[in-house]
Amino acid sequence: MKIAVCAKYVPEATAARRIDPQTKRLDRSGEGTLNPFDVNAVEEALKLGEAAGPDGGEVVIVSLGPERALDAMRRALAMGADRIVLVADEAAAGSDLVATSRILAAALERESPDLVLFGQQADDADGAVLWAAVADRLQRPLISQVAELTLEDRKVRGKRQTEYGYDVIDAPLPAVVAVSDAINEPRYPSLKGIMGAKKKPQETLSLADLGVPAEEAGAAGSRTTVEALSDPPARGDTVKLEDDGSAAEKILEFLQEKKAL
Amino acid sequence: LRFLVFLEDHEGRLQKDSLGVLFKAASLGGEVEGVLLGSEIEGLAAEAGKFGAQRVYVLDDVLLGAPLPQPRVDALENLLRDRGFDAVLFAASVLSADVAAGLAARLDAGLNYDLTDLVVEDGKLVGKRPALGDSVYADVGWTSEPCLALVRAGTFEPAESGGSAEVETFESRLQDFSLAATMVERAHEESEGPSIEDADVIVAGGRGLGGPENFALVEELAKALGGAVAATRAVVDAGWYPYAAQVGQTGKTVSPKLYVAVGISGAIQHKVGMQGSGLIVAINKDPNAPIFEYADLGVVGDLHEIVPKLTELVRARRAA
Repeated sequence: MKIAVCAKYVPEATAARRIDPQTKRLDRSGEGTLNPFDVNAVEEALKLGEAAGPDGGEVVIVSLGPERALDAMRRALAMGADRIVLVADEAAAGSDLVATSRILAAALERESPDLVLFGQQADDADGAVLWAAVADRLQRPLISQVAELTLEDRKVRGKRQTEYGYDVIDAPLPAVVAVSDAINEPRYPSLKGIMGAKKKPQETLSLADLGVPAEEAGAAGSRTTVEALSDPPARGDTVKLEDDGSAAEKILEFLQEKKAL
Repeated sequence: LRFLVFLEDHEGRLQKDSLGVLFKAASLGGEVEGVLLGSEIEGLAAEAGKFGAQRVYVLDDVLLGAPLPQPRVDALENLLRDRGFDAVLFAASVLSADVAAGLAARLDAGLNYDLTDLVVEDGKLVGKRPALGDSVYADVGWTSEPCLALVRAGTFEPAESGGSAEVETFESRLQDFSLAATMVERAHEESEGPSIEDADVIVAGGRGLGGPENFALVEELAKALGGAVAATRAVVDAGWYPYAAQVGQTGKTVSPKLYVAVGISGAIQHKVGMQGSGLIVAINKDPNAPIFEYADLGVVGDLHEIVPKLTELVRARRAA
């Protein structure tokens, strides 16, 4: 049983985020981290692996990002994942859905896992569609928006939340599943886990290693463009304050001032 | 431009957001056609004419009875290869987002998602997409044909224009892998619980509450304010509160006069369900929570301290 978790390197939530007006891409020069929504996918992979028995599962982190993403991805190794495959290639920067799914699918085909897991969304781009593109390229069944996942007899069963409530969907392995961030409470890496993470295999691949031509990646391989940036329509002033013990009074004042009571 | 709009149905009705996108497409000029994929849905197709579709392509197949994305990608691929469209438009839902992204991969066609507007400039489609917690708007374009566009839920309101649509059925081969996932149990609309859609005041609780027992704090404040209680997807998925009270992309869309968010980080999935609220007050201990970007009043602090105190103050004020 091999489980691959697709994970993204995203800017730290605490970092001021900006879009570079030149490239019109998110400025990724600051500190980065493992996408918090992907941590739930890592946890789910570890749980499924553990449930499969002592030599039950291998959990591989598959990512597309800059080389320094490895540092952030090691958090998954510290949690218990077995190794990292990072596709790091200048030519892949700025890939949109079409290009990203092509590269990830190539990396996943090389691994040929029984199950591919995704997190709920990307923290930096609010994207929540990549899994379906990857599933199509891999020609594997897909279950998305999964709030509960079980694995039995080479088959996954997912409880999918939709606009109407919960569906239950079965898919035979190999399959692709995208999990909700409420599916589990991710474990914290243990000290031993953190110490051991550095020694686990961490492979960096180029597009050439995957046989993906450079013109099918990055901006050249993308089919969408960002033409212009502008300010959003004004929503009025937002006030943010730290509670100094009088927050409840201040909220009440605010509600009275706005005639909301 | 020739538009194809993906029409979604649920329990015998066309889904409102997809009609909103259809209506929007009709306002952009050009040819507007719809596609409806499902089982026993042929009768619904003509309905789309009222919202601007000139023609609706229908694939009525028992294999499309369950709302699963992959066979729909096969059907759309066939239709697009036969007919040729400049753009395919989707209203975001759990189903249509997966269909749109699968189709993008299948055709190597560009997909812009989370769009809040569509315009035609110099004969080309341009999408408007908010980014970074809606603090920046991007004009996005396509270098592929067709252009695939996924519109944020609740963006366009449909209105009847009174036209009629020609209905044309078509056939498609469905691939084996597309039919591998199967629906074991299907969700149905939950009618239990109070309606939050009509409430003037909503107090909503999220994971920051720490546990289901702390929903009492939210309920007390809602009672004091004379409002209804709502919940985020995370706590509904975790079983802390019923699905009927969920606000967000997969849940209800609400626009009360006052929305108090308690222990809610405010990720995009929640935001799209409540951004139309008149006044948003947020209480959260994490100063970096996205909700502070769009709350009219944001308070960084311990909800366990602040909420009971606020409830008391509101009660006292109301009694006075």
